[in-house]
Amino acid sequence: MRILNRQRAGLVAVAASAVVALTACGGGTVNEETKTNESKAAAAGGECGDLKIIVNPWVGYTADAYVVGAVAADELGCNVSYVELKEGGPSYQALKSGDGDVILEEWSHAEELKAAEADGYAVDLGSPGNVGIIGWYVPDWLAQEHPDILDWNNLNKYAAEFKTSESGGKGQFLGSDPTYTQYDEAIIKNLGLDYQVVFAGGETATVEAFKKAQENKEWLIGYFWEPQYIHAEVPMDRVKLPEYKEGCDAKKSEVACDYAETELKKVAAKDFMDSGSTAADLIKKFTWTNDDQNLVAKYITADKMTPEEAAAKWIADNPDKVAAWQS
Amino acid sequence: MTTATAPPAVDSVEPDAVPPPARGRRGIPRWVWVLVVLAGWVAVWSVSKGTHTLFLSGTDQTDFHARLSDRVSSYSSNPVTEVIADFINAIVDFLRELIAIPTPPRPAPAVGWLGVVAIATWIGYAIANWRIALLVAGSFLSFGLFGYWEDSMDLLIVTSVSVAFAVVIGFPLAVWIAISPRAGRWITLGLDLLQTMPTFVYLMFVFVLFGIGAPTAVVCTLAYALPPIVRISGFGIRDVSPATIEATNSLGQTTPQRLLKVQIPMARRTIIVGLNQTILAALSMAIVASYINGPGLGKPVLAALTENDFGAGLVPGLLIVVMGIMLDRTTTAASERSERVSRGGGEDPRRRRLVLGVLLVPVAVAVWYSRYAIDAAKFPETSWARSVADTANSWMESFTSAVDTAAGTFSDAISYGLLNPMQSLLAESPWWLSFAALLLLAVVIGGRRAVVPAVLCLTGLYLLDLWHDAMIVLNMTLVATLLVMVLALVLGVWMGRSRTVDLVIRPVLDAGQTIPAFVYLIPVLALFGPTRFTAIVAAVVYAAPAAIKLVADGIRGVPDVVIEAGRSTGSTTWQEITKVQLPMARGSLVLATNQGLLYVLSMVVIGGLVGAGALGYDVIYGLAHSDYAGKGLAAGLSIVLLGIMIDRVMRAAADRAGAGELQRQPRTGGRWWR
Repeated sequence: MRILNRQRAGLVAVAASAVVALTACGGGTVNEETKTNESKAAAAGGECGDLKIIVNPWVGYTADAYVVGAVAADELGCNVSYVELKEGGPSYQALKSGDGDVILEEWSHAEELKAAEADGYAVDLGSPGNVGIIGWYVPDWLAQEHPDILDWNNLNKYAAEFKTSESGGKGQFLGSDPTYTQYDEAIIKNLGLDYQVVFAGGETATVEAFKKAQENKEWLIGYFWEPQYIHAEVPMDRVKLPEYKEGCDAKKSEVACDYAETELKKVAAKDFMDSGSTAADLIKKFTWTNDDQNLVAKYITADKMTPEEAAAKWIADNPDKVAAWQS
Repeated sequence: MTTATAPPAVDSVEPDAVPPPARGRRGIPRWVWVLVVLAGWVAVWSVSKGTHTLFLSGTDQTDFHARLSDRVSSYSSNPVTEVIADFINAIVDFLRELIAIPTPPRPAPAVGWLGVVAIATWIGYAIANWRIALLVAGSFLSFGLFGYWEDSMDLLIVTSVSVAFAVVIGFPLAVWIAISPRAGRWITLGLDLLQTMPTFVYLMFVFVLFGIGAPTAVVCTLAYALPPIVRISGFGIRDVSPATIEATNSLGQTTPQRLLKVQIPMARRTIIVGLNQTILAALSMAIVASYINGPGLGKPVLAALTENDFGAGLVPGLLIVVMGIMLDRTTTAASERSERVSRGGGEDPRRRRLVLGVLLVPVAVAVWYSRYAIDAAKFPETSWARSVADTANSWMESFTSAVDTAAGTFSDAISYGLLNPMQSLLAESPWWLSFAALLLLAVVIGGRRAVVPAVLCLTGLYLLDLWHDAMIVLNMTLVATLLVMVLALVLGVWMGRSRTVDLVIRPVLDAGQTIPAFVYLIPVLALFGPTRFTAIVAAVVYAAPAAIKLVADGIRGVPDVVIEAGRSTGSTTWQEITKVQLPMARGSLVLATNQGLLYVLSMVVIGGLVGAGALGYDVIYGLAHSDYAGKGLAAGLSIVLLGIMIDRVMRAAADRAGAGELQRQPRTGGRWWR
């Protein structure tokens, strides 16, 4: 027993020194990197400090966050962290408590935004440049075979084809994530459509459903939106509803028109904007397009890059756009 | 495992050799009464269906929900919660900067990976043995080699802090329920509530009170992980053999003396089992905590879910499993060692201290070196994770496309053949009809003892204004449990009769139970689309392993003598199973059904994410929209009531069947690993 123990102790010691010897072969020292980082921060001029970007769970948003985050970290020397939260309530809660500094792609929580501005803890910074499009979509194969399905007037004709085990004898209309703006139940009722909304419950479920429907030529109609990375992979077509007119969606239970185009917003914490951080200016000036965002999102999903790699690639390819945010 | 969580020993249940089939007291078999109630239900349903169903669409809410929402939104952080949040933040931030995240401009945490691995390995050796030390070293290296060093350390920190709080709060409670049965009843009720409440419902409150991130993650994890340590430790302390207590009482000791000198030391092993279960329950909160930016390995799993990248979620999911195995084995080995040492066994303590002291030298060298050299401070990057993920994705794709048609047929058969008719009966009946029929069924199955809990829970469900949704969930739960029990009977009997089969299947079951459900949602969705059936499959994957193991252990527990006796009279294999083994393992079957139901119920909210709608959807909707928080809370409470009702009725039924250990069995809740 004794001898064994001593042997063991010896073995562990040998193993430990072997690891030390191995790792000594490559790489510099921690002190060298610390110095490099210090000089980088000094070169950026001014103090950035901490930047806590709220990240809502869809890939387009990840693209926004990591591009802004990379510019802030590399050019301004900010200490960037990503606060991963559901949109709406939790995100505003983070702005209020100081756990997050900025929401980069706010879709449609007008109520929450109004309340937050009234409360004085949030600032509306206007559009990040991209536009939110919400609507009813079908997979492309369906639109090819039955072009008239893209007009809502013909939807009842096809209702039986959309029947599933979930839809109780009517056609199934696939709703999406509970956090998204949806009033399809009201639209269906007010247009007299013979459909039943079945909620997919999450973005993953919605995307998988459209993917599968296109691959297997299944009948599917549901709620979808742009910008969304999957449009590059799975073609789908928008169904025309009665045109949106100002105010036709004023009362949610009486809506009988299409969704409005959504002006997306950047919303920041008031305290952060007043803090004098050099990142505040960057956030204010950051804008890009749906195509820019979809491209970065495609790098992440189809090309399997990490968000950091995807952001770095786009930044390297678009120096002028990045420079404009810092002027 | 100790007696505390071991499956029931069947031979103590059935004194007579071959028991008669279960019979009600009136001499008419119970299943006949069940059929009578069902027939009456269908008869009334056929003339009254579609009326008074209390249907509420996804975006509607009642005045009661609105009032509840106002109540909930009036909560906000206050001086007390702020102090607690700051305190937790301070601890977590300190530990993270120590071992997990860099503090700029320094590029690495204070102690680099090499130092952390060295310290962890040393601790593994100190509290257990060298085999555990190797396991710990291997696990830590795998965290780094697959590229999740920081997330893994974060998870370890959040888990440790939560478990530390759980011990500080839970242990006094455990002692309290051990010495005062009356306090025990109330505390147990509270623990039931904590354990059946969907974890997403905690989030709704806790993040409002404690803010985003680590404090909320710790508080939620604590709430979920507290029950096992209280229940199991309390059980252990109470259950110290009366003879020992008698003996020491005769020496004239006081209650505190008895507690400190006799009961607690003697229950040491059970207490460590409780600790072990608490650690594993804490780990299983990893994903839910990352919904509010809780640091840890849940984040990459959730990110992979939003990118529909199965493989990318599988790798961190498996690392959570690795951490679970590591912590489970370490605490178990530590408890065995402490037992041996307290009996005076084991090695010479002076020599051991010396060895540990000497080993500190290489540890110190590693720590110093990891502060100095960049490669020992930051884990070198590898592409292992991505290649594992890509392989997993291509496997998944070929698998799903191969079985796609068959899967669709099966899903449709279950949906049209079972789910829809049953849902029509449960949810399309007027509420008073379902209420009465469910109450009668509870009484027929559970006897008089089931009356009070059934009445209270059904009334509660009615008052929470989500009756229709609750019936849909009850229906899915019943169908899922039926599938679980079919699997449990087939596989459990097979495993129970053959050691080889057991050896092959058991690791698969362990994996099914341990991998976070969020990892396999993607392939299940790809097969079945967003439907109730997808939710059912996800629940079955999670619930079946526990039930299968319980049935297998029950079958194995049938004494050989009985089986030999049967064989000597020339019974066939089929007769042996149906006439001898299954009846004698009845206690295990009831326990398996009960656990299966509760596990299925704990997946309701996740079901809401994949198209099951109903209560799960309400909870998620409430989490995202503050003006619906009340409806989310009502949905959470409805799930709790369903769980308590099912559990109480099953316990009463088990007692009538003579399976007494369902009562005695302390509910371990997160029996997450075994």
